[in-house]
Amino acid sequence: MKTSAISMDESLAKLKIFKNEVMQELQAPEDLSKEQVLEIFRKMALIREFDSRVKTLWKQNFIYGLAHAYLGAEAVGVGACAALKEGDYITSTHRGHGHVISMGGDVNKMMSELMGKADGYCKGKGGSMHIASVDDGMLGATGIVGSGMPIAVGAALTASVKKKDYVTICFHGDGGTNQGVWHESINLAAAWQLPVIFLCENNQWAISMNYERATGNPAVADRAIGYGIPGVTVDGFNPFAVYEAVRDAVKRARAGKGPSLIEARYYRYIGHFVADDERYRDTSTNNPWAEQMDPIKRMREYLIESKTATEKEVKAIEQSAIDLVEASIEHAKNAPEPSEDTLWDGLYSSEFMKTYGGK
Amino acid sequence: MSSRTITIKQAINEAHHEEFARDDSVIIMGCDVGIRGNPFGVTTGLYDKFGAERVRDTPISEAAIVGACLGAAITGLRPIGEILFSDWITIPMDQIVNQIAKIRYMFGGKTNVPLVIRAPVGAGGGQAAQHSQSFESWFSHVPGLQVVMPITPYDAKGLLKTAIRGNDPVLFFEHKRGYEITGLVPEDDYTIPFGEAVIRREGADVTIVAISIMVHRVLKAAEELSALGIECEVIDPRTIYPFDYDTVLKSIRKTHRLIVSHEATRRSGIGAEIVSQVVERGFEELDEKPMIVAGLNVAMPYNHTLESMVIPDEENIKQTVLQMMDRV
Repeated sequence: MKTSAISMDESLAKLKIFKNEVMQELQAPEDLSKEQVLEIFRKMALIREFDSRVKTLWKQNFIYGLAHAYLGAEAVGVGACAALKEGDYITSTHRGHGHVISMGGDVNKMMSELMGKADGYCKGKGGSMHIASVDDGMLGATGIVGSGMPIAVGAALTASVKKKDYVTICFHGDGGTNQGVWHESINLAAAWQLPVIFLCENNQWAISMNYERATGNPAVADRAIGYGIPGVTVDGFNPFAVYEAVRDAVKRARAGKGPSLIEARYYRYIGHFVADDERYRDTSTNNPWAEQMDPIKRMREYLIESKTATEKEVKAIEQSAIDLVEASIEHAKNAPEPSEDTLWDGLYSSEFMKTYGGK
Repeated sequence: MSSRTITIKQAINEAHHEEFARDDSVIIMGCDVGIRGNPFGVTTGLYDKFGAERVRDTPISEAAIVGACLGAAITGLRPIGEILFSDWITIPMDQIVNQIAKIRYMFGGKTNVPLVIRAPVGAGGGQAAQHSQSFESWFSHVPGLQVVMPITPYDAKGLLKTAIRGNDPVLFFEHKRGYEITGLVPEDDYTIPFGEAVIRREGADVTIVAISIMVHRVLKAAEELSALGIECEVIDPRTIYPFDYDTVLKSIRKTHRLIVSHEATRRSGIGAEIVSQVVERGFEELDEKPMIVAGLNVAMPYNHTLESMVIPDEENIKQTVLQMMDRV
C-alpha cells in the first residue's frame, strides 16, 4: 500500500517532465521596460519575504488563524498583474497574500489583518483567508475553493453592461478546477464573451490530493476547447511567461473577444498551510522542485546574467523587502485591536444597521 | 394617488419595468427570464424593452448565475438573479451563504451588496418533492441576508422596489399560487420599508401570524371563525428578516393567544423562531401555549390527496383556533 501520494523518485520524474515540456527560459519580453522588470522582481521578493515570515509569526501566536502561503507562486501573481492597468480587477483564492502584493497592496495593512488588528485591510474581520484590497482592484480571498469563479464573471459582466474596458483576472487553483462552479463560470463567460481571464495556478496539489489522481487529464488548459475559448499552459515559475500569456489574453478581452484560460503550472513545494505536516509525500530530503525551480532564485540569476541589475542592486531589492516586512510586523504588533463595539459593523449596510440594528 | 386592481404577477412585472427604466444599473439574469419572459410571465416585455445586455437568458447554471450577480453587485450593478423554482436554490447555496451573506462583513465593510434573488416558492398542483418547497427559514438563519415574502400585489411591488434600491442582499420569495391574487396598486411610484408587518384583520381573541400564502388561508378561516364568535387578529409580517416583533407583541397584549402559520415544513421552520422570540419577549402575556400550523415533516408527494394532507389549509387553522379557545 502506498503510504504517500508521491515518492521522491516520482517527484523527480515529474520535475524532469516539467523541465522538458513546460519550463520556459527566462527572457524579459521587449514590451517591458527595465524598471517594470525590476518592479516584478521587487514584488516577487516582497511576497517571498512576507510569506516566509508568516509561518513563524503563526507559531509565535502573533497570527491567530489559518494562513496559506504564496511561496513558490510569486511568478504567477506578479507576472499576471503586470499585464493589468488601473481599474482592472482580480479575484483571489485562499492563498491571497501574493495577490494583494501583486496588485500593489500595502503590507502594513495586510500584516495588521493577519494579526486581526483594527487597521487591517478587513478591520480584523477577515484574516488571511479573506484578505481583500478592494481599492486596488483585489476583490478578496475566499475560503471556499473555486468560489471566486462566478464572482469574476460578474465583475466582467459589469464591464460589459456598463461598456467599460476593464478586465478581470480570476485566479484559482487546480483544486478549484474540479468544482462544478468552475465549469459553469467558464461556460457562462464564454457564452457571453465576457472580458475575464481564468488563470489557473496549477500547483499540482489540493492539500494531499495530487492533481494526477484528481482528474483524467491533468492538463488544465486542454479543457478550454470544451468551452470554445483559447487555453494555454505556461511555466508558472517564470513571471515573463505568465506576463506574456496574460497580456495576450487581456488584449483579447479588451477587444471584446471574450475569455481565455491560462494554466500557470508550478509546484507547491511547501505545506498546504501553516500547520500542514505534509505526511502525504516524501519530505526526507529537500524538495527538488524548490532547489531547481525556485522562481526567486531563477529571477535573481537572470537579472544579473542579463545585466538588468548588478548583484548589489538585486541584494538591495531583497533587503528592501526584508525591511518592509520587518516594518509591517512592528506596525501590526503595535496596531490597536478592534474595539468590541465594532462586532456588528459591516454585517449589513450602515443604513440597514441604523434602522434594524442587525441583531 | 389613483389605484387600479392588478395581479401579483403584474405588480412584480411593473416593479421590474419601472426600476429598469429608473436605473440603468439594474439587470436581471436567469433561466428563461428574457425571450420567454419567465414561465409565469413575471418578466414579460423586459427583454424587448431593455435588451439582451440587461435582460439575460442564462444556461442552467444556478451557482454561476448567483455568483455572477454578486460579482456584478460589488462592481457597480444592481443585479436581480432569478431561480426558476426556489427548490433549486440548493445549487447556488455556497454563493448565497458563504459569499453573498459574508462578503461585506469579512472584507471589513468595504463593499455594498445590492442584489436580489427572486424565486417562486410554494406547494400545490402536483409538482411533487422538488418543485414545492419554501426555504425561508434557511436564509433567515444566515446573518447578512434579508428575506421577503409578499402576498399582495401592493406589497409585491413596493417591497421589490425597496429590495432593488437597497444596498443589502435580498431573498425575494414569491408564492406560485399567489401570482394571480389581485389587489389595488397605486399608479405612482412607492416603496415599502422592510420590517413592518401589516394587520390584515383585527380581532381580540387570537393572534395569527401568517407567512406568504397562509395569509389568505388564515383570512378565510378567520371569516368562518367569526361566524362562531371567535375574532382572529391576522398579521402578515411581509418580511421574514428583518421581522416586526413589535406588531406581534402588541397584538398578543390584546389577544393573549398566538398561532403561527407557514406552508414550509414545520420542523425547524420560521414558526419555531417566531414563537421562541415571542415567548422570550412576552411570555407573561400568553394565556395559552403558542401553536404552529405548518407543512408536515414529509417530502411533498405527487398524488393530490396525499399532497393536500401535507399542505396546511383553512381547516387546520380553524381546528387549531377552536382547540386553543376550548371550543372542541
